[in-house]
Amino acid sequence: MRITQGAFSFLPDLTDAQISAQIDYCLRQGWAVSIEYTDDPHPRNTYWSMWGHPMFDLADAAGVMGELAECRAVHRGCYIRINAFDSTHGWETVRMSFIVDRPADEPGFRLIRQEGEGRVVRYTLESYAVARAPEGVRYPG
Amino acid sequence: MNAVEQQAPGLPENAVATVDLAAEYRDAGVAEVLDSLERELVGLSPVKRRVREIAALLLVDRARRKIGLATEPPSLHMSFTGNPGTGKTTVAMRMAEILLRLGYVRRGHVVAVTRDDLVGQFIGHTAPKTKDVLKRAMGGVLFIDEAYYLFRPENEKDYGQEAIEILLQVMENQRDDLVVILAGYADRMERFFESNPGLKSRVAHHIDFPDYSNGELGEIAATMLGQWNYRLDAAGRGAFDEYIALRRARPHFANARSVRNALDRMRMRQALRLFESGATVDAAALTTLTEADVRSSRHFLPASP
Repeated sequence: MRITQGAFSFLPDLTDAQISAQIDYCLRQGWAVSIEYTDDPHPRNTYWSMWGHPMFDLADAAGVMGELAECRAVHRGCYIRINAFDSTHGWETVRMSFIVDRPADEPGFRLIRQEGEGRVVRYTLESYAVARAPEGVRYPG
Repeated sequence: MNAVEQQAPGLPENAVATVDLAAEYRDAGVAEVLDSLERELVGLSPVKRRVREIAALLLVDRARRKIGLATEPPSLHMSFTGNPGTGKTTVAMRMAEILLRLGYVRRGHVVAVTRDDLVGQFIGHTAPKTKDVLKRAMGGVLFIDEAYYLFRPENEKDYGQEAIEILLQVMENQRDDLVVILAGYADRMERFFESNPGLKSRVAHHIDFPDYSNGELGEIAATMLGQWNYRLDAAGRGAFDEYIALRRARPHFANARSVRNALDRMRMRQALRLFESGATVDAAALTTLTEADVRSSRHFLPASP
């Protein structure tokens, strides 16, 4: 099951040229771009691991693309996303976030039903990938 | 493949076979940059000549690519050598503009750094610091002032070597993304290159900045004052010419920068003089620097111990 988080996730995977163009857009807006990765695709997992610091004062996407290439080499088969942070007063938040890399095989989620008091049923999601292996070896790289 | 696009309307002749260099030159807007270089920078004729040569090389290279002649992208890393205050940073800005207009850099900004911005304080600090600077400079020009400080032969544990290695790697592998300009005193740069042959072989263009003559410095002073809405009266001009000759003989003479600092001090003395006279002032009094403002410099005092 292909997970859909952030912008563009219903589109086919972006090519490097498209990623670079999106980053250029972010930089033109004056946003700071950062790279994050994870192998836990749960939709509520908002705190992904940072790949280095957010990159401030960039003028061109080449710097980010270089970091992205390094991150891909190290975390092959993980989810990698690009965030753009807007530091202007009143925003101070991530303005754009999109996934640029995902595992070749995404096994999806199991719906867990937990029976509570009476006839109450509590639902939760569990990723098959997370259930089958510990962190770091969940997706064959 | 580029040539096919060039056949689009507007070019009557077969665009694949010929490229009008003059038109290219006009359209790229390089002429304006070269003209303003010629106009706004006093003296420096060998530098202007070299800049013109480099611009011509890039223009021809571009034409070759349009016609479809296979060509290795030219190496654009440069070294600017010369004494302080001879216009190295200014020319680097113009060079970035030329590279931008000809499409050899994408953004055309200049990131000016020194050793402190590249080299870290402890083990593991240098690489991220250097990479951060390189990332900021991507798409533009990285101007490393006093580049020879990166290399300290007397200390083999110095982290500068690490910065040089990262720099070399990027200079070689990301030539499309970044142009590096190394700047500094001529003799020390020469020694720096000798001890770093890898760096020397990757720097294609060397531009030597000569010292300004006294007359040129006088002209520079007049231009600067003009920009600030000041002027020297005739006697002041004469005194300032004497001042330049005296100042040149003193240590730490930094060409145009010394002139600029001297003018700043003269403005201060003029302000004090006007303030202490307490009289009403008009525009002429406010804009004119007199002989007295020049002659009260300590360089006119008899040699003190």
